[in-house]
Amino acid sequence: MSSLTVTALTKAFGTTPVLAGVDVHVPEGSLTALLGPSGCGKTTLLRLIAGFDDPDSGTVTIGDRLVAGPGRGVPARRRGIGFVPQEGGLFPHLTVAANISFGLPRRQRRDGGRVRDLLQVVGLDASLAERSPHQLSGGQQQRVALARALAPEPSVVLLDEPFSSLDATLREDTRQAVAAALTATGATAVLVTHDQAEALSMADQVAVLRGGRLVQLTDPRTLYRHPADLDVATFVGEAVVLDADVRHGRAHSPLGELALDGAAPDGPARVLLRPEQLRLGAPGGGGPQGRVRSVDFYGHDSRVRLDLAGGDTVTARLEGADLPAVGQDVGITVVGPALLFPAEPGTPVPPQVEAWVPAEGSAALA
Amino acid sequence: MFRPRVAELLWNTTRLALGTVVVCGVLGVGGAWLVERSSVPFRRAWHVLLVAPLAVPAFVNSYAWISLLPGLDTYAGALLVVSLSYFPFVYLPVVAAFRGLDPALEETARGLGLSNWAVFLRVQLPQLRVALLGGSLLVALHLLAEFGALQMLRYPTFTTAIYDQYRATFNGPGATMLAGVLVLLCLVLLLAEIRLRGRRGYASTGRGASRPPRPVALGRLTWPALAALGAVVVLALVVPLGSLGYWMVAGASTAFDLGALATTTATTLALAAAAAAATVAMALPTGWLAVRERGRVSTLLERATYLGSSVPGIVVALALVTLSIRATPWLYQTVPVLLAAYAILFLPRAIVTVRAAVEQSPRLYDDVAASLGSTAFDRLRRVTLPLLAPGLGAGAGLVFLAVVTELTATLLLAPTGTTTLATAFWSASSALDYGAAAPYAVVMVLLSAPVTVLLSRDARRGLTT
Repeated sequence: MSSLTVTALTKAFGTTPVLAGVDVHVPEGSLTALLGPSGCGKTTLLRLIAGFDDPDSGTVTIGDRLVAGPGRGVPARRRGIGFVPQEGGLFPHLTVAANISFGLPRRQRRDGGRVRDLLQVVGLDASLAERSPHQLSGGQQQRVALARALAPEPSVVLLDEPFSSLDATLREDTRQAVAAALTATGATAVLVTHDQAEALSMADQVAVLRGGRLVQLTDPRTLYRHPADLDVATFVGEAVVLDADVRHGRAHSPLGELALDGAAPDGPARVLLRPEQLRLGAPGGGGPQGRVRSVDFYGHDSRVRLDLAGGDTVTARLEGADLPAVGQDVGITVVGPALLFPAEPGTPVPPQVEAWVPAEGSAALA
Repeated sequence: MFRPRVAELLWNTTRLALGTVVVCGVLGVGGAWLVERSSVPFRRAWHVLLVAPLAVPAFVNSYAWISLLPGLDTYAGALLVVSLSYFPFVYLPVVAAFRGLDPALEETARGLGLSNWAVFLRVQLPQLRVALLGGSLLVALHLLAEFGALQMLRYPTFTTAIYDQYRATFNGPGATMLAGVLVLLCLVLLLAEIRLRGRRGYASTGRGASRPPRPVALGRLTWPALAALGAVVVLALVVPLGSLGYWMVAGASTAFDLGALATTTATTLALAAAAAAATVAMALPTGWLAVRERGRVSTLLERATYLGSSVPGIVVALALVTLSIRATPWLYQTVPVLLAAYAILFLPRAIVTVRAAVEQSPRLYDDVAASLGSTAFDRLRRVTLPLLAPGLGAGAGLVFLAVVTELTATLLLAPTGTTTLATAFWSASSALDYGAAAPYAVVMVLLSAPVTVLLSRDARRGLTT
């Protein structure tokens, strides 16, 4: 396994720039998620790393070997990368075993033990070896695709939205199996996804791409707690965004006086809270109040939308079954500090992104 | 001096084309509705029987009828024989369209209070329109190109007139002029077809119905429906096959040359195999480019090959005769020129299947194989060819069977001394030696039967283009 370094990578299709100078470093043995909305260039970046397309400028280095750069383009087959495409991409004319051993030298292809080992690594039963791909479930196909990619012991494994075509329950299982297999083999991996929950839960570091540029590269917790800007903040999780006025290190907002994370100059600003920071209680007592507009009950938790007196709408996430009724007036308490962002006079507060529902369909051509 | 002759041919050709299109439309749509949407008994069997006439080449059908009823050399006779040979061209796409229709639409219409007849007129027919028009154009193009059937019925059209001119004056200006008019007619139809094909993509790509539609109960109309289907099958299948059987028996009493039949069959099979291999080899790059390197040039290249299916065989043959005499006299009347004619005529059939196969094997597999360290040649051998093999095989099969029953181009281009099943049949039946012709026809029908089974199973696959 090797590290992977991308520097100043650009790519345009025709006159449309897709990547405008991206730098990413993926340390050896770690999993980096490329996160972004569709059209941000994340799949293009993956294809450039894999060698399926050539960059216009910039370099790709695997370990200490330059594979793409000025005057140099190592073909995909010599890069030593494992590629897991969106729908698995298993060869339909080959059995599971033949798929897995496809990239092995001819002499090793007949070695059933190797196939069994790899099936075990991805958490599949060895009895599946002689099946055809169409006899497998979507999740099994993805795992076989990973086993196939791991078989030649690649330097880097690239996964292109590998879970987006699976339904919710299967997705969780497959995600865990894939994460376990990647950890077990100590693989350096790059995962393309538009699903922030997937990126936050699986990756050691997350690279957020937007409009062909890298916006932020950091570990998941930092990304969630200290997003680079408001856009990233609303993209990586559900958010409550309010206009506020900062005086003496406190933000005065429609939700009352909020503590801030770090020092801040006085003046107008925009603050961000996460819905789980809001607590509801009995009205009165002088604190901020809201009227319940709607309640979405999810079982493990619930989302309550509240209309504030000033006309703003905020979202609270509540645990437990003790839920307010629609139309009820409630008091709101805020736990923990708010994040501060520069004011954007004239632009409305961004819509409250419902981040746990994927923002795009699985068929998106990112 | 040609003017009145051209006008007469134009009138003959046009009225026969119009009549055939109408009769084929009625038979094709009616049959398809009964098989796909009504409660008529034995629907599966009727489906096979309604596709089966494709196994009998039109000129064999014509021979079967005229040898029984010599009085059929009229407009009505030509209309009858040609319609019976061609109606599957409408029936198949319409059946495919019916299968693609969402039964929920029909159920919704019934829920809104429409009668069965109103559902057909207002819901089904508009959705079938594209398939029906496509099939009708196919019928018209085939009719313009038809030589054997109409020559045998002594019904003069452009194609038969060109042949007569060619035989009389050998490559004179008369044949060329008539061929020019014929190509013009075909181009008009082709333009219409290209316009339709552009829209057809949307009309027929619907996923198969999620559940089978509930058939319309025919009630008291069951027997008339059975009688109508039975009549069509008797006329289109039983009469020609019966006639063939009769002449087989009648011919067996006279001396019957089994050796000649064997040699002719072998020659035909060899020619067909060579043509199939050559055509598929040409179709592969074209179909590949059309899917993988979509662009103006590759689309133009692919579309250009479809011209072959629209230009009548006699015109292609005439062009190759002229070309080989003028440019490459040493190639005139040789097998390569004949194979070239087959390739031009039947390339579209191979391209359609090859194209579909390439579409089934997306570039993704190439990328994955490359990431696994596979070289370009290795990818071709281990991924691309295995994935394309069924499509290539189907394309080769379609070309093979088309060549087995090809008459017109073979008559003009076959090297002296080379007889195929079709030309041997033709010379015997032209000499009114119906008994001697029958065995060749029987072999052709038997060889064509597999493609019929193929088409009846997979009604979604296009016929020739």
